[in-house]
Formats: sequence, C-alpha cells, structure tokens
Amino acid sequence: MTEEYYLELSENPVQFESASSVNNVFFDEANKQVFAVRSGGATGVVVKGPDDKCSVAFRMDDKGEVKCIKFSLGNKILAVQRTPKSVDFINFIPDYPHMEYSHECKTKNACVLGFCWTNWNEIVFITDQGIEFYQVLPDKRTLKLLKSQSINVNWYMYCPETTVLLLSTTVQGNVLQPFIFKNGTMSKMSKFEIELPMVPKPAKLSLSERDIAMATIYGQLYVMYLKHHSRTVNSPGAEVVLYHLPREGPCKKAHVLKLNTTGKFALNVVDNLVVVHHQSTQTSLIFDIKLREPDCAVNIHQPVLPARSIHPYRIPLTGPAVAPSQAPVPCELYSSTWSVFQPDIIISASEGYLWYLQVKLRPMLTLLPDKGKLMDFLLRRRDCKMVILSVCSQMLVGGDKGALPVVAVVFDKLNQVYKEYLEAEQAYTVAMESAPSRSSSAHKRPVRTQAVIDQSDMYTHVLSSFTEKKDVSHKFIIAVLMEYIRSLNQFQITVQHYLYELVIKTLVQHNLFYMLHQFLQYHVLSDSKPLACLLLSLESTYPPAHQLSLDMLKRLSTANDEIVEVLLSKQQVLGALRFVRSVGAHDNVSARKFLDAAQQTSDPMLFYTIFRFFEQRNLRLRGNPNFNPGEHCEEHVAYFKQTFGEQALMRPASV
Amino acid sequence: MLMISPRMASGTQEKQYNPSLLNFFIYNPKFGPREGEEEKKILFYHPSEVEKNEKIRNVGLCEAIVQFTRTFCPTKPAKSLHTQKNRQFFHEPEENFWMVMVVRNPMIEKPNKDGKPPTVEYQEEEILDSVYGAVLQQCYSMYKLFNGTFNRAMEAGGVELLTQKLEKFFYRYLQTLHLQTCDLLDVFGGISFFPLDKMTYLKIQSFVNRVEESLSLVKYTAFLYNDQLIWSGLEQEDMRILYKYLTTSLFPRHSEPELAGRDSPLRPEVTGNLLHYGRFLTGPTNLKDPDAKFRFPRIFVNTEDSYEELHLIVYKAMSAAVCFMISASVELGREFCEQLDGLVGPQLTLLASDICEQYNINRRLSGPEKEPQFKFIYFNHMNLAEKSTIHMRKTVSVSLTSVHPDLMKILGDINCDFARVDEDEEIIVKAMTDYWVVGKKSDQRELYVILNQKNANLIEVNEEVKRLCATQFNNIFFLD
Repeated sequence: MTEEYYLELSENPVQFESASSVNNVFFDEANKQVFAVRSGGATGVVVKGPDDKCSVAFRMDDKGEVKCIKFSLGNKILAVQRTPKSVDFINFIPDYPHMEYSHECKTKNACVLGFCWTNWNEIVFITDQGIEFYQVLPDKRTLKLLKSQSINVNWYMYCPETTVLLLSTTVQGNVLQPFIFKNGTMSKMSKFEIELPMVPKPAKLSLSERDIAMATIYGQLYVMYLKHHSRTVNSPGAEVVLYHLPREGPCKKAHVLKLNTTGKFALNVVDNLVVVHHQSTQTSLIFDIKLREPDCAVNIHQPVLPARSIHPYRIPLTGPAVAPSQAPVPCELYSSTWSVFQPDIIISASEGYLWYLQVKLRPMLTLLPDKGKLMDFLLRRRDCKMVILSVCSQMLVGGDKGALPVVAVVFDKLNQVYKEYLEAEQAYTVAMESAPSRSSSAHKRPVRTQAVIDQSDMYTHVLSSFTEKKDVSHKFIIAVLMEYIRSLNQFQITVQHYLYELVIKTLVQHNLFYMLHQFLQYHVLSDSKPLACLLLSLESTYPPAHQLSLDMLKRLSTANDEIVEVLLSKQQVLGALRFVRSVGAHDNVSARKFLDAAQQTSDPMLFYTIFRFFEQRNLRLRGNPNFNPGEHCEEHVAYFKQTFGEQALMRPASV
Repeated sequence: MLMISPRMASGTQEKQYNPSLLNFFIYNPKFGPREGEEEKKILFYHPSEVEKNEKIRNVGLCEAIVQFTRTFCPTKPAKSLHTQKNRQFFHEPEENFWMVMVVRNPMIEKPNKDGKPPTVEYQEEEILDSVYGAVLQQCYSMYKLFNGTFNRAMEAGGVELLTQKLEKFFYRYLQTLHLQTCDLLDVFGGISFFPLDKMTYLKIQSFVNRVEESLSLVKYTAFLYNDQLIWSGLEQEDMRILYKYLTTSLFPRHSEPELAGRDSPLRPEVTGNLLHYGRFLTGPTNLKDPDAKFRFPRIFVNTEDSYEELHLIVYKAMSAAVCFMISASVELGREFCEQLDGLVGPQLTLLASDICEQYNINRRLSGPEKEPQFKFIYFNHMNLAEKSTIHMRKTVSVSLTSVHPDLMKILGDINCDFARVDEDEEIIVKAMTDYWVVGKKSDQRELYVILNQKNANLIEVNEEVKRLCATQFNNIFFLD
C-alpha cells in the first residue's frame, strides 16, 4: 500500500517556532526564509532558511506590528513594513551603519500593499495606485527612485525565479499586468485577461490572488488560474487554466487541467509537474503538460494518475524532553492551517514546519500500466534513471512482462533521448574544434540528464541479468536483444560490441549457431576486432565461425596481422604468404615466423617453397639470398641443409 | 592447371537425345533374404509396368554391385556404375534402404543413307556423377521433407505404409525431374540470399519475432523476398530442401497465374481499415469462401534428433513470402487463419514495400554499370549461399542457363577436381572459341567465372578475375 503514495513531504523539514499571539510567522518566497518575529522583534527574530547558511537570529526594536519582513538577496539588507505608508530598512552588511532608516512611498494617499526585493539592493514597492522601483543605498541610508508606474492595483504576486511581478488591475481584478525586472530596469510585459467563469453584476472584484499562482514549468513561466466550478455552466468540475507568459509577445491560454471535482484546491509545481491538492478529499492530483492524451483535444489534460493522498508523515519528536521510545506523532495532512507556496513549499505555521513536496517515481510503475506513457512521463523527471531501468527490467520478466511491440516502443523512446544527447554532444565538440577559444562561452556543453540511458546502463542494469534468467524463453531473450539493437540502429547510434557479445553468448548457449551465422551474414552484428576474436574462439564448437571471423578481419582492413596469425595457426602457410603478398606487406614480415610454421607442418615441399621465397626476398632486398643474423633463422637454414643438402641453398649472384 | 576442352560434336541431320530417366527404384535387401521372396525387397519401382522378373533382376544386380564393391572399401560403397548406354546411381540414405536411379546417357542418332537403321552413338562421358548423385540425394531429401524417414513409416505402418507413401510421392515427383537441365547448381543445392541493408533486415527480424510472440503456435518462421531467402528459423539442412521446394515448385506454380493477369487473385484484402495484399499459398485460397479448406502440407524437420512434424503455412504479400511452421499436432482452422491473415497481412504488405523501396535505393546507389558483365557462379559451403549470373529465372519446367551446356560441364568437372582435395586451388581452362573458364576455391568458397575475350592470354584472364573478386567479393576473405 505504501507503494501507492506518489507524493511525500521532505524528510528534513525546516523547523521554526509556531505561530502564536506573541510570535508572528512570515515566509519570503524569494529567499525561502521563514521569519519568526516575537513581540514585534523586541524579543528576537529568528530566520530559518532551507540550509543553515541562510539562518539568522537578531533583535530589533518593537515599533509596531510587522506586516511584512524580507531580506534582500544574500541577507544584505532587511526590509520591514509596519505602516501602510512606509517601509523600514536595516543594513546587515558589516561596517555599514546599523541604524534603521525608513522610506515612504512617493505617491500621495497611496497605501503600500507590499514590497519585493529584485536584487541585493533593488526593491519594488507595490501600492494600490502603482509600483515604485528603488535602488537602496545602504551607506547613505536612503533610497533612489529608479522608475515608477501608476496603475490601480488590487493585489500583486511576484515570481522570484523569473523576477516577474504580476498586478491585478481593473474592478473585477481579472486583467493582469506583468512587469519584469532586470539589472535596475523595469519593463512592462503585455497584459492579459483571465476568463472568469461568470461575470458578476454589478462589477466587483472577482479574481482572488488565492486562485492565481506563478511557476516555471519546463523552463517557461506560466500563470496558473484555478477556475472554480460554476453552477450555471454545465462543467463537470473545476479546472486549472495555464497561461503561458513568454518574455516577449502576448500571453496565451496554453493548457487546461481537468480536476473533475469541486472544492478547495491548492497548487504546487514539483519536477515540472503541476500538483493540485484537494482539501476535502485529502488527496492530490498530478498533471504533466507535456503528456498528450490521445483521446483528448490538444492541451486539455487529465490527471496522469488516480488521486492519492500525500504519504503519511510522522513528526519526529526531538529535544531533551523526549524519551527515545516515544513514537513520532502522525501529522495532519491537508490541514486548514497549511499554506502552500510556489513552487514546491508547504508550510504549517501552527506546527512550525516547512516542507518541500517531493514526487516519488517508483509507485508510478504500478499506477501507470501503459508502458509507453509511463516512459514518456519518466523521461521528463529529474531522478528518473534507476526507475526507468527498473521499468525496463520489469517489462522483460515475470507476470508484468510486456509484449514485444511494447518493449520496442520503450526502447525507441529511450534511444530518442539518448540520440538527442549524442547529437548535442557531437555538435558541441565540432563547435569547440572549429572555434575553440573565441566561442567557448557561446557553446554550452550539453547537460547529460538522468533521462539519457545509454547502452552501458542498459547492459549493466537490465540486459546482462535478463539474459541469465532461467525462466525466460531464449526466443524472447534474443527477440529483446535484437529489438534493442534494431532501435539503436534506427536512431543511427553505434552499437557497442558488448551488446553483440551478449547476443552471441545467448545464441551459443542455446546452440543457435545457424541463427548467429545469418545475423553475421547480414552484418547485423557489426565488425570489430573483439567480435572477430570471439568468433575465432567458437571455431571448435562451430567450424564456420572461422570463415566468419576471417571475413570480418578482412573487412576491418586494419587487422592484417591478425589474419596472418590465424592462417599460420591453421598451418595455412602458403595461404598466409599469398595474403601478405596481396596486401603488399611481404617485404616486412618476419621470415622466422613463416619458416617456423612451415617446419611444423612436416611437409618438406612446403618448407622448401617458403624457404625459397624468403631467399629470393633477401636477394631482392639486399642482393644476397642469405638470412641476416637479426632474423634468427639459423636453425631453419640448418634444417634446410639437412633435408635438401647444402647445394640446394641459393647461391649469391656472382658479379 | 590448364586444360583444353574436347571438341564440340556437331553435324547435320543428327538427332540429339538428352539424358533421361530409365529406372528409379528403392529396395531393402533385408526384406526378402530368402530365395523366391526377392520381390519383397522392392519398395518402389519406376516405371511400374516393368515385368516382375526384370525388376527382381535389376535390383539383384545393384545389390550384387554394392556388395561386391564394398569389399574394396567398406566405408564408401559404390556410388555409380558407368555403362555404355546408361549410368546407375546408388544411394543408401538410411541403413539398408537403397535408392537407385538409372539414367540413359545422352546420344546422337545418325541417319544412314541406304535405308539402314540409324546408328546410335552414346555419349558416355557427357554426364557427371556429382550432378546426378546430388539429384538422387535430393529425391530422398524431398521425400523426407514431406513424409519423414523410411524407418518412421516402417514403425508406424510397416512395409505396406512405406510402399504406399513412396508410391504416392514419387509417382508425381519423378515427373518433375528434368534430368537434361541438371547442372552444378544441383550439386551445390545452395540458397540464394536476398541482399539487404542492416536496418531493413532488423525490421524483418522484429516482424518475425512479433508474429511468433502473438501467434505462439508458430514454431519456426522463414522469410523470403523475390524467391530469395532472408531469414530462416529452421536449421540449415532443413531450410536447404524447403528452399528447393519453395523456389522450384510452390512459387513457380503460383507466379504463373499472377503473370496471367486478369483473373489474378492479387486484389487487396481489407482487414479492418487496412488494405493488404496478403494471401495463403498453401491452405485456403480464399478465406471468404465458406467452403474453404484449411489443410496445409505437412513437413518433417530435425529428423536426426527431435523429429518434428509441422504444418507448412506459406503466406505471401507482394514479393515477400513467409513460411510459418506449426506443430502438426495442433488442429488449424478458419479462426486461426483469419487471425494470421489479419495480423500478418497488413504488416507484411508494409514490410514488402519497405524492402522494395530499400532495394531500389541500394541498386541506384551501386549504379547500373556495376551490374556484373561477368558470368559467374559463387557458392559458399558454410552458409550454402549461392549466386549465379548464368542462370535465368527458374520456372516449373526448366531452369534456363545462358551458356552452352559444354561450358556447364567444364564447371562441373572443375568442381569435381576441387572436391578431391582440401587445399585452396585455382583452375583455368581454355574452352572452345574464345571462352575461358576459371575456377577458384578458397577455404569453403568456390567461384566459377566464364569469360569471353578475344585473344586473351592467361595473364589477362587472371587479371580480369582478380578485378571481379575485388568488385563483387570485396567484403569476404577470398584469397587471390
């Protein structure tokens, strides 16, 4: 049953003092810091970040109730909002004046809704009448206005990842105006309108910030709108509408996620998946916008998997008061005190925990029976490698065994990704070679993601153990190996020789030599020296392997020495010599090697022929038929004399 | 080695008679050892109308010859007996079962002027032992493919069953023997492989594996294109004879109605929404026919060990033919055939057009000039691969060659020489007119080339053959 939960909370949550009447808790999405402000800061402010480096504790004077508190990037400057008109600053840079300074918004009668740091010293005030973009000068303890824009604002939302600020404008609040901040500049992006399920009359604010979230999915910024079920329209349930917000150009409605239910929802984005939490059923759904449903109109998505709860979580009791035997307390999931932040943060202010939401891939194996779809899904996930490999292993054995067409589809999907990576890698290498110094920064080395499953991964984790399975028919094993080789070939990926060796080993084990012969005949198993040697070793059980091996060595055209060795070992001395001559290497070969082989045949005529050949070679090369001492042929000369007599030796040409 | 071929016999008004089959019989000397029971030895005799005593005499003679020659070499009994008028071939495929084929030598009938009967001149040396010995062995292999071994028939139903089977099979088979056109290719009994690129080959592999998986009844599969083999799940020896059957009997029988046109069964079938051209060459001719018969020929393979009896389903789409072999113990009916047709038909149609397209691309790449101008026969004993640019299309009746029979005989002679020794060798023969015949043997491969060059000398011929090897056989190890 635990295999069914595909979402879980991170094991090591960030812990902070829970919210109470004396302790206010704030969360800053930009730095992912939780601020616990006790008594307005007088009795201490504890800042906890995702790691210890970001954690800070300090005190500040209680100058009234804190409405918003955030560090600039790198914890350089702290900004605190206590009044509707102004924001206070405290420098956290060593050697800079520590005294608080304050800045009032410049628009008269405006009310500051909040502020966002866009850099270590740049800040945006959002007021109900517009935005004001400042540079903070910590040494002078003042702010310099960089730019401002007046516009009616209902509420705002900021995405720190992309430094995009979204403002809700107009009476109904459904016209959204995004701004982007970069290096001290602020630019307006094209505004867009969210389609409301029904238009209220008279007009009133109808779009709540609770129903909007921003997140980057697959590298693109999306505005996610939780469109609630309207009773007037015959729709089966609420949906999440994704508006794609490109850097340039208009914003477009891009995807619709069908929730098929109604109620209270919250959104997260984890590993490029949109997670929709449903409070009343205490379950969550996940959507992958790249997964296309065949029976669905384009860009309308159904949940990838059936709804499941987040994996039950137990709060470990810590501290000196806790006895080791005390069991951890189960934590209430989907609690109404939970706050959800983008992209993947869940905070329980009442319990003092910040968790990261995580996706577990392993349960998908059983939850998603369609292997092709599963593979598409997994290949886009971050930590997918081992899961993909176990999918491959599973589909080859046991009751879960997939049919060959399924196996083929999975292999093709893997190799598609593998090929894309190889091509990128190759393009990078070529670019580096053609212009190594100049453009080294322009060309980025392609990142090898976990989705790149290469031949050695497949061999080590899937195929080598699979071929040793006793309960799988050899027919299926060979079919699978051939299917993998076919897929590699289809994507024009060079097949590594160890895969061929696996094929050969399997065929030999089952005495399927004729099958092997046919594969080699059609060059399905590509030529290589290791393969040729493997074939040679099979000669005793399957004699034709000798011919196959020689053919392969010949085609390699770099293995002439090996061919000579093979022929000599078979006592085909004359054949070896003829071969050497045909490739034009007869002036360089060792005479001793050939004479040795000839002597071993105990065929005197053969020995005579070979001996004569080398005498003639000596004569041609050096003008003398005698062997050089360096050739170490003394014993052969002696044997020749003994067999054919001294006078049979060639005489040096008389001048 | 250089030889000069014998002069061609030619004359006016002469009548040439091709070699022909005189007798064909099968006997077992153990079946009638006592005197007066000799007839029991005879299991089959062709022609059947021969008088009983003559049958007994002929069988007795063969028995005696075999017995007598055995004393000289017990391991290698006599293979043939040469006489002026005919030649006898002996073959003992199973212990004590002897097959004998008597071939009348070719002869020339010369008319005599003054009303005297014409003189007949027998050409005793024109036919080759190797060729007709191979034909006799093929007879047995073909019988065994469709009937199993003699011994199995004996075990199942005694002499009565065996003689019945022999009668039924050989009565028809002997009529299809065309002794006058037998040549070197019969000695090789090779298989012509379809040249194919790796990717298309892998696609075929994938197809075969998938079909075998979804139709788990299928035990073995063989895949052919253009009457050439691409894949065999059967062992080599079984494939060799099955290939022979397919290419010389089954395919030609079916290609002729196709060529005839109008009434051809080549109308696409529609299964689901897929158009396909698949049809059964064995079994039901038309699946839609309510009276269709679902009987398939049975074949016997692996007779040495597992001895399997199989249904032979041959299914064809365009130029691609697939043999599916299924254990004979399974009853095959309409349901299975429809399932196979629905599954294989569309896939095979697609694959066939893929192969055709790929083949045309490859041919265009290699260029039309590279089409061999040489006449050659190549054979590899290891994989039985054969290639001939001498032989034209095979039909039911004859295999046509484009060269003079005399040249074919020289090829046969060279082959006999090669068979005698293990060493690699090369033989060049200057034949009549301007022909040169070159035979090369390297390891297990043999190559025969016929060249026709005016005033060529030995060195030029040698160079020419080297060039041929370099262009046609550059991817195999073939010693110069």
